[in-house]
Amino acid sequence: MLAAIGVMAILAVAIGLVLGWSAIRFKVEGNPLAEKIDAILPQTQCGQCGFPGCRPYAEAIAKGEADINQCPPGGEEGVKKLAELLGVEPKPLDETHGTPKPKSVAFIDENTCIGCTLCIQACPVDAISGAAKQMHTIITAECTGCELCLPPCPVDCISMVPIAEDLPHWKWKHPVVMMKQIAETEDA
Amino acid sequence: MSRELFRFKGGVHPPEHKAESTSRPIHAAPLPKKLVIPLRQHIGNPAKPVVEVGERVLKGQMIAAADGYISTAVHASSSGTVAAIDLQPVPHISGLPDLCITIETDGRDEWVAHAPLDYQAMESPQLRMQLRDLGLAGLGGAVFPSAVKLDPGASHACPTLIINGGECEPWITCDDMLMRHHADEILQGVAIMRHLLGSTEILVGIEDNKPEALDSMRSAAAKLDFAVEVVKVPARYPGGGAKQMIETLTGKQVPSGKLSTDIGIQVFNVGTSYALARAIHHGEPLISRLVTVTGHVLRPQNFEVLIGTPMHTLITLAGDRDGTTGVLMGGPMMGVPVPNLDVPVVKATNCILVKSKELFPPLPKALPCIRCTRCADACPAELQPQELFRFAKAGDFGRAQEYHLFDCIECGCCSYVCPSHIPLVDFYRYAKGEIWAREKDKRAADLARERHEFRQFRQEREKKEKAEKLAAKAQAKRAELAAVPAAEGAAVSDADAKKALIAAALARAQAKKTDTAPKNVDQLTPEQLHQIEEIEARRTKIRELARKPLESEEKKP
Amino acid sequence: MASPFILDRTSVTQVMAWVLAALLPGIATYVWLFGPGILVTLSLATVTALAAEAAMLKARGYPAKPFLADLSAIVTAWLLALSLPSLAPWWLIITGTLFAIVVAKHLYGGLGQNIFNPAMVGYAVLIVSFPVQMTHWAGPNELTSVHLTLAQSATVIFGGDVPRTTLDAVTMATPLDALRTGLLQQLTVDEVMTHPIFGHYGGVGFEWLAGAFLLGGLLLWALRIISWQVPLAFLAGIWLTAGFLNFYDAGRFGPPWFHLFAPSVMLGAFFIATDPVSGATTPRGKLVFGLGAGFLTMAIRTWGGFPDGVAFAILLMNLCVPLIDQYTQPRIYGGADKEPRT
Repeated sequence: MLAAIGVMAILAVAIGLVLGWSAIRFKVEGNPLAEKIDAILPQTQCGQCGFPGCRPYAEAIAKGEADINQCPPGGEEGVKKLAELLGVEPKPLDETHGTPKPKSVAFIDENTCIGCTLCIQACPVDAISGAAKQMHTIITAECTGCELCLPPCPVDCISMVPIAEDLPHWKWKHPVVMMKQIAETEDA
Repeated sequence: MSRELFRFKGGVHPPEHKAESTSRPIHAAPLPKKLVIPLRQHIGNPAKPVVEVGERVLKGQMIAAADGYISTAVHASSSGTVAAIDLQPVPHISGLPDLCITIETDGRDEWVAHAPLDYQAMESPQLRMQLRDLGLAGLGGAVFPSAVKLDPGASHACPTLIINGGECEPWITCDDMLMRHHADEILQGVAIMRHLLGSTEILVGIEDNKPEALDSMRSAAAKLDFAVEVVKVPARYPGGGAKQMIETLTGKQVPSGKLSTDIGIQVFNVGTSYALARAIHHGEPLISRLVTVTGHVLRPQNFEVLIGTPMHTLITLAGDRDGTTGVLMGGPMMGVPVPNLDVPVVKATNCILVKSKELFPPLPKALPCIRCTRCADACPAELQPQELFRFAKAGDFGRAQEYHLFDCIECGCCSYVCPSHIPLVDFYRYAKGEIWAREKDKRAADLARERHEFRQFRQEREKKEKAEKLAAKAQAKRAELAAVPAAEGAAVSDADAKKALIAAALARAQAKKTDTAPKNVDQLTPEQLHQIEEIEARRTKIRELARKPLESEEKKP
Repeated sequence: MASPFILDRTSVTQVMAWVLAALLPGIATYVWLFGPGILVTLSLATVTALAAEAAMLKARGYPAKPFLADLSAIVTAWLLALSLPSLAPWWLIITGTLFAIVVAKHLYGGLGQNIFNPAMVGYAVLIVSFPVQMTHWAGPNELTSVHLTLAQSATVIFGGDVPRTTLDAVTMATPLDALRTGLLQQLTVDEVMTHPIFGHYGGVGFEWLAGAFLLGGLLLWALRIISWQVPLAFLAGIWLTAGFLNFYDAGRFGPPWFHLFAPSVMLGAFFIATDPVSGATTPRGKLVFGLGAGFLTMAIRTWGGFPDGVAFAILLMNLCVPLIDQYTQPRIYGGADKEPRT
């Protein structure tokens, strides 16, 4: 009896020591899960998910405080990837957070801009250049299309322009080879 | 010639259809009224226009300069006036337009001043710059800037130079005709390549279905003062692919993900070699090429065509027929359907293939894959096409990459043999495109994340700095005020001190407001000043407009 | 649709038609040596398979025409019919065919999607569920006193009134069954082999049937419809395993040639294990697949509960195909000699 208790106690201490040692030895900096989630998020920093940016949303998902279907720019594919990472069932996008839109960039109408700098302060990625009373311009290559600059503009001079397909951006479509569809066209 | 040849794996034997277009001599296509010259005719950065609309240009004049290292210049194919620099339809599978320079020709075909280059006297880098400015790009199909390929680099020499006269695609005969009639000039080009690359072994690979070209090249090679071995290789598609030609002639394989120069071999098409000879010995930039016009036309033949000539003029020249079901640029295995016949001939145009129902029956409907692995047997890249198809179809691009999707050369052998008639190559192109697009998105996301994080850091820093500054200022002011009451007595309380501070700040702010004037307004013309006034007036109006709805809303309740 | 714009002439229909054609020598030999009963079985299986295929295509919303025309259902039907005892009752044939087409093929997603060979699934279901009826083999004409005509065979198959004595005079145990039963009775191989059913290599008649299937298989190989790896490895697997066992104890284990010259082995090696849909795809994978199937066939014959093991061996190997394929990916053009596994 005493021997059994003794053995158990020694085991407990030994395992505890090993666990303690590994906790120090293999310490992981930061929150690796939030990091991985953040890598999947599209980094639009649009806040449609209800969090002030992609990183806070990622952390909220990691903590289980937010659902995986709150990111419209990520789309269904983003939800699927998150579901895969977290080992949960994918679900449709939560419409209350918005619906996916074609990829766009903001455009400032130079004739209307009054140079108020409000949009510059709103831009989450510093993609607007300009100074007070000077006309502002979007740095197209860095604009994420988050639309956060639209509401603060007092003169509504910012519009979202969908990225047009041109030759360097063109890509092959999925070849459609579905027997059912072929049958329908043949019968028609 | 008893060179040991090696057999590359896979490949197919489609009907050749070469005889149709080799019976007639090469004709020069007439000068068209309008030349449309795309700026993106080669791999790499598109050329940058150096002429303006309305400018008169001469034949051979550079109209767009190379932009960066992997790029090459573009030239006017004839003399005339620049009519437009805008988006025009180009021969691309997407059917999307691209930036082109349109020249209205004047019919005089007046050359710009040009002279032969003494390449042996020139430094190699300087010579390569010249070649880049002469618009040279690979004419075998990939249109890779030749100047880049002619750089053996500091570390690797290029002992073996292969001149590719394979031309394995059915229907196409422009290389065959070039070798029959311009063998000497091709080999002049080879001499220049040899000079630049320092090659010691020079092999010319020609498929055995071109006996005339073989004879012509052999007799030309016999006249040279250096050794060129003209080798007859068995005709099998895609034996004219660079990697396949290398294996057939040397038994070596280009390591996956590497260049042939990494194993000391460089490959050039015979057309490129000819263009190089024209460039060096005549100073002529790449403004024309041989184009096979064949298929469903009355007189299939080869034309010497100016770059920028609309394709329909060539089809009319070869005799168009009823029952045309489409036109391809290139051969039936790797060619690109042309969106409309106004598109110009570009540097990559080796063949214009007119389709008809009889020559190209509509492809049968696809059935599911039965994993018969005929595609794997036919694949010259030795891949497992049936697995790649499965992954591409399912959108499992990661696995597709693991199964070496990017080693696929899109030769079309797998689709050709597929008993289920699945357009396999389309799936690979789709998967490659998606992977590239995703990588691009990923880079954009990384950039956005970085910028967002920096912004947050900056805001934090600014907040901190501001707070520190304010604290320091307040400290200073208080000390100052504390010094004054010492003289005036203790009448001024602490509250008064604060009041004074606020008043001072307000005054400062007021002053600043009136002070702020737009920058860069000195030394402006009266018109510009007037414009600024107009804008200012508009702004005040807008500000009022912006205020009004607020006021009206306030009044409402 | 983009390049290529030309196609080779082969089609799925053509491939399947050649498979059917290659079965004809076997069927002809079957009729010649065992009587015309097999024709009834083949027809019944074919009709059932086509009806089931059409019904399933309709239920799944697929067009019937291109899929019925691909002949794959008929191939399944014939392979199953040739595996069944030639005097198996009609309901057995229909049950097996239905199971093969409906469950093994269409419930897995139809042509190209089934992970198991449908004919073998049908066979396995029958032999597990109805072991008694699965012994109704007609003996070779050479050994039986009564020879059934086509009409008489049909009567037997459709459960008509046939005198018990006639039936007993016609049916016989297959050589493999005879060997198995004999060995179970503690006889030595040599003692069992004195039974008249045993011929030169295999059983009387059976060895010729095996030869006819081999001939058809070689035709398929000559036409490059099947690759050499699977049949060769399958036969090698059987021969090596049987040879080793026979060498170890010739009294308890049958000779390798006998095991090799069974019709089921030749049919399995050239027509069933070579089914591309459910088989391995890489060259080395095909060798592994064939060797494994051959070894398992012998293992089941020797130690299992069934007289023959070709069907179960192939089904078991079907199960391993994804694994085999993943671990036998060939070197690509310009690839490293040893591929790092991912």
